[in-house]
Amino acid sequence: MTDATTEMAPYAFVRRETLEQQPAPLSVAGPLAWVRQHLLSSPLNIALTLVCVYLVVDSVPGLVRFYFLDAIWTGTSRDACLADKVGRPVGACWAYIADRFQYFIYGSYPIPQRWRVNIVFVMFALGVVWLLWTSAPKKKLGIFFFFVLLPISAYVLLLGGPGAERFLGFCLMVTLALAALYVVLSFAPQLVRFNIGDAGLAVVQQLPVWKRFFGPKQLVLFALAIFVFLSLLASSPGLPRVDTGLWGGMTVTFLIAAVGIVFSLPLGVVLALGRRSRLPIIQLLSVIFIEFVRGVPLITVLFMANTMLPLFVPQEYSPDRLLRPLVGVALFAAAYMAEVVRGGLQAMPKGQYEGAMSLGLGYWSMMRLIILPQALRIVIPGIVNTFIGLFKDTTLVTIVGIFDFLRTIEATLVDPTWATPTTRATGYAFAAVFYFLCCWGMSRYSIAVEKRLAAGQKR
Amino acid sequence: MSTTSAEIKPGKASLLYDPKIRGYVYQFALLAVVGFLIWSAASNAIENLRAQKIASGFGFWHNAAGFDINQKLIPFSASGSTYGQAFWVGLLNTLLVASIGIVLATFLGFFVGVARLSSNWIVSKLAMIYVEVIRNLPLLLQLFFWYNAVLKPLPNPRQSIELPAGFLLNNRGLYVPDPQFGPGGNLIIWALLIGLVATFVFRSWARKQQAATGKQYPIGLVALGLIIVLPLLVYFATGRPITFVYPELAGFNLRGGIQIFPEFVALLVGLTTYTAGFIAEVVRAGILAVSKGQTEAANALGLRAGPTLKLVVIPQAMRVIIPPLTSNYLNLTKNSSLAVAIGYPDLVQVFTGTVLNQTGQAVEVVAITMAVYLTISLVTSFFMNIYNKRMALVER
Repeated sequence: MTDATTEMAPYAFVRRETLEQQPAPLSVAGPLAWVRQHLLSSPLNIALTLVCVYLVVDSVPGLVRFYFLDAIWTGTSRDACLADKVGRPVGACWAYIADRFQYFIYGSYPIPQRWRVNIVFVMFALGVVWLLWTSAPKKKLGIFFFFVLLPISAYVLLLGGPGAERFLGFCLMVTLALAALYVVLSFAPQLVRFNIGDAGLAVVQQLPVWKRFFGPKQLVLFALAIFVFLSLLASSPGLPRVDTGLWGGMTVTFLIAAVGIVFSLPLGVVLALGRRSRLPIIQLLSVIFIEFVRGVPLITVLFMANTMLPLFVPQEYSPDRLLRPLVGVALFAAAYMAEVVRGGLQAMPKGQYEGAMSLGLGYWSMMRLIILPQALRIVIPGIVNTFIGLFKDTTLVTIVGIFDFLRTIEATLVDPTWATPTTRATGYAFAAVFYFLCCWGMSRYSIAVEKRLAAGQKR
Repeated sequence: MSTTSAEIKPGKASLLYDPKIRGYVYQFALLAVVGFLIWSAASNAIENLRAQKIASGFGFWHNAAGFDINQKLIPFSASGSTYGQAFWVGLLNTLLVASIGIVLATFLGFFVGVARLSSNWIVSKLAMIYVEVIRNLPLLLQLFFWYNAVLKPLPNPRQSIELPAGFLLNNRGLYVPDPQFGPGGNLIIWALLIGLVATFVFRSWARKQQAATGKQYPIGLVALGLIIVLPLLVYFATGRPITFVYPELAGFNLRGGIQIFPEFVALLVGLTTYTAGFIAEVVRAGILAVSKGQTEAANALGLRAGPTLKLVVIPQAMRVIIPPLTSNYLNLTKNSSLAVAIGYPDLVQVFTGTVLNQTGQAVEVVAITMAVYLTISLVTSFFMNIYNKRMALVER
């Protein structure tokens, strides 16, 4: 080092320490450079930017003024939202939404009975969170809850009446019988030796009594708890029958969506398996059903359900007005679900099938234990996307005369109580916000799942 | 089981476990169940129809319809037209809105899809907002919006909004100048057709020449001359035979011009913007699917931006785009059945709506309607498959 310093001696100044880092020049980094790079990089881009800025400046302030600044937030009748009564320009009439909010949620469901709908909403939310939250505990219990207990509870709670109560009693008896069976079996597992085999019996006998047959016993106990809860409700406040003609609003929208998913997913899995089957007749029937349904618009399926379903069953069993579109929607969604599931089945590497077969598993065990759990997991984004489509399509039941959320909006628009020039714009904006939040939230979820799955693949 | 397996010779399982026989049993059982369902449905339907005194069969096809349809491409009147003719009117209206919608949605969708990939921040963000909003709202809500919130509150014919080129817009629809062909007017149409055919022939000849000799011909210029200049020359040579009848106010209504009904406009705008949102995503995915190395390789070969896009990126992107694009076209066609909600006389509104209500013959009417949509679906996917095959990767 000393040599080097002596060599450098003729120079007047040698920097001994590193310079502090300088910020990048303004033309490369910082907001100005960003604007230049992303908005003004070429004559064409400058023109495009100007056009877009004009569009935004032209539309956004007007919308903000209409929906927020000039909006009317409180009031009890149309007078609150009429410009000449208020004495200033009037924007969106949110007072109308606030006034009819209950109607938008429950339709004409009798007011003293609306707590029943609320319970169903809470259960539905619980089921959805249980299934969609990926790290939620006891997934199997969640699936059982969403696909079996929730439909039964919704039926009993929403409809009510002697028929539903009889059905509830039947469910309660079955569950009680199963519970009793499990109690007996827990003390005497020898009774099922023929099913679990000697080795299985040895394992079971090693466990303490309350831990034997734990999984299925949990399902039964859970079902029992729910049914007892429902029976208590049925006995103390009572569940008088509420005709489906009175149902409406978001209740019906969510009901159709829920029925669509609860029935279309299992049916779709069966159809997808059928389409992939090596048995020609089963394959043919599945293909015919799937391609037929996917080739026609949902409206024609709804018309068919509405007009032909009553013809196809004996007159005394003529299906309820609300049940008909539900059947149509479920069958329609099943065909689309089947194609999504088929994609998952085809994406499974052949080694999975061969591995399962080499372990000696039969067809159903192979599907249930090896293939479907993997295939369904990778098509979760596809299932959610199909469900978004289904959720948007629930609006079509309006056309066959069901009071879903969109129909309740339309109904209030023709009601003279709130007939003002801005009511329609307000109602549609409210509907748009509702549908957008639901669909957009679901699509975010599906993107997040997709990312998580891709992360697993990347490793 | 252990006792029986000892008796059976090795290699022979019980018939119960023979997969072939099991397969037959399953299929037979399924057939029996489906057959029973169909049989019981049919017998119930016959019983119910008899009880409700509803005729069956397709005899109603030739019965007088007795209702009018406002938009018709073929002659139709309340007196003297049959249900069969009503069917054709509805079908043509469906095909009309679907075909125009497909063309417009393709243009708008490609535009928005490319805009989403733009390096211009505000352009790509606006395109993203458009796609997210359109895709996450039900089509029916959008149709209600266009029809009830945009077109219905327009002023009445007396205060029509005047658009450029003599177009008038009011709450009865869009009024378009009606072109009238004088003597020699047909020649212009012929000139246009000849120009189109000649362009097509020239293009294929030029391509063959280029493949054989490497010489390039100005296809664009020739096409311009044949398709635009030739008809214009004929137009002036025949003494400008095309005149326009402009819509004018007469009393409380407009006279002259072609009236495009608001239902049609609302449905067309709704379908176009909705489907364009989906097509935009398809286009974006397709362009992103072409790896960057392709563009870089083309640049390395000395191709400029235009030819790179035209010769390298787009042909490969189209391969990815076409299959989902087909299903979007089919969706648009099927979604045009939402016309029934805003009263546009399409197949569903006319046939499954009015005719079904008048005749009560649900089975026949719904079956015919479904058959039509199935046919449209199958035909479209057939042609798209042919196109897809031509575009597909040719592997040696």
